[in-house]
Amino acid sequence: MGNFDFGVIVRALPLLWEGMQVTLLLTLFGIVGGIALGIVLAIMRGSRFLPLRLFAGFYVDLLRSLPLVLLIFWFYFLVPIAVGHPVGGFYAAVVGFILFEGAYFCEIIRSGIEGVRRGQVMAGLASGLTQTQCMRLIVLPQAFRAMLPVMLMQSINVFKSTSLVYVIGLRDFLTAADLIGGRDNRLTEMYVLVAVVFFVICWAASQAVNLLQRRIAS
Amino acid sequence: MRYNWNWSVLYTVPYLGWIISGLGWTILVSLVAWVIGLALGSLIGTMRTLPSPTARAIGAIYVELFRNVPLLVQIFLFYFVLPELLPREMGRWLKRDLPHPEFTMAVISLGLYTACRVAEQVRAGIQTAGKGQANAGLATGLTTAQVYRFILLPLAYRLTIPALTNEFLNVFKNSSLALSIGVLELTSRTRAIADYSSQPIEAFTAASVIYASISFLIAFLMRRVEARTRLAGTLATGGR
Repeated sequence: MGNFDFGVIVRALPLLWEGMQVTLLLTLFGIVGGIALGIVLAIMRGSRFLPLRLFAGFYVDLLRSLPLVLLIFWFYFLVPIAVGHPVGGFYAAVVGFILFEGAYFCEIIRSGIEGVRRGQVMAGLASGLTQTQCMRLIVLPQAFRAMLPVMLMQSINVFKSTSLVYVIGLRDFLTAADLIGGRDNRLTEMYVLVAVVFFVICWAASQAVNLLQRRIAS
Repeated sequence: MRYNWNWSVLYTVPYLGWIISGLGWTILVSLVAWVIGLALGSLIGTMRTLPSPTARAIGAIYVELFRNVPLLVQIFLFYFVLPELLPREMGRWLKRDLPHPEFTMAVISLGLYTACRVAEQVRAGIQTAGKGQANAGLATGLTTAQVYRFILLPLAYRLTIPALTNEFLNVFKNSSLALSIGVLELTSRTRAIADYSSQPIEAFTAASVIYASISFLIAFLMRRVEARTRLAGTLATGGR
C-alpha cells in the first residue's frame, strides 16, 4: 500500500474520462430507453386484450430471470447476425440494456399504479370523471410520486451495472481503467480509483434520493 | 439475416459436458455465496437494529460500502487488489497456494455483496416484527440475545421470505459475474460454445432456458414455503 502511485492516476485522466463518457452515455440510454419500454410494457400488462397481457407478463418474467451478462453476450452476438454486418459493442450493449431495464422499470411502474387505492378511482368515477380522466388526474399523479424514488434508485443501479460491458471489451470507465492498469502494471491504483469514483457518485445520489423520499412522504 | 441453425451442437461432445459442468459451477457458486450472504447479512441486519450506536454504525457503513460499488469492481478488488494490500506472506499465499483461487474469491466477494442486501431485508423484517414483541420478550425476563434468537429473527425470516427468495435469485444471476475472473460457470461455458461452434443462438438459448427454468422453479417452490410459514394475523392471511 506504501507505494500507491497517484501520478499514474493523473496521467490516466484523459483516457479515464473517455471511458466515463461511454459509461454515462450507456446509463442515459439505459434509463431513457428502459423507462420508455417499461411504460409500454406496463400498459400492455394492464390491457384488456389477453395475448398482449400474456406476452408482456412473459417478457418481464423471462428478462428478470436472466443474468445481465448473458443478455449482453446475447446481443453482442445477435445484433451483427440480425443486421448482417458488425456494429460494434456499443450498440449491442445499448439494445441489451434497454430490453433488460425495460422489464424492471415496467414492474416499478406497475406496482406504483397498483399501489393507488381503489377507493380513489371509485370516488373519481362517482364524482363524474371518465376512466381516462381518473387515470390522468387521480391515479397517475399519485402513482408517479410513489414510484419516483424507486425509479431513481433503479437508475443508480443502471449506472452501476453498465460496468458489466467489461465482458465484451467495450471501453467504459472500468474497462478503460483496466486497460491502463494492465499497461502500466498499476491495477491496484486503477481498481481502487474505480471503486472510489463509483462509491462517491452512487452514495451521493442515493442520499439525495432518500432526502427526496422523505420530502415526498411528509 | 443469414444463419445456419444447428441445434445438435448442444448435445455433441464436448459441448454438452461444458453445459453440465458450467451449470454445476453456477449452482455451487450461488449456494456457497448464499450461505455466506445469509449468515453475514443476518448478523449485519441485526446489528443495525441493536441499541448500541457503535453496532448500528458498523452495520450502516458495511451496507453503504458494499451497496454503492458495482459487484464486478468488488470482484476485481478481491481477486487482484487484496493480495497486494495484505502483508507480503499472506498475499503470496493468496496468489500461489490458495486452492481454486478464482472460485474462492468469486464466492467470497459475491457472498459479501449479498450480505449487504440480505442485511437490509433482515433489518426491515425485524423492524416490521415490531418493538412490542421485543419489549414483551424483555418483560418476561429474556435477555436481548434471547429476544433476537427466539422472537425477532424467526419472525423476521418468516416476514421476509419473498424478499429473501428474490435475493437468492439475484445471487443465482450474479454468479455469472464469476466468469470475469475465470470461473467456468454456465454463462462463460455457453459463451465458449458460441465462440468455438459459431452457433451463438443455440448456445445462449440453452443458457437462457436453464437460468429461467431454475429461477421459475425456485420462485414456485418458495411461494409454497411462504404460504406454509405465513404468520397468522398479517395482512396476507386476512387477519385469521
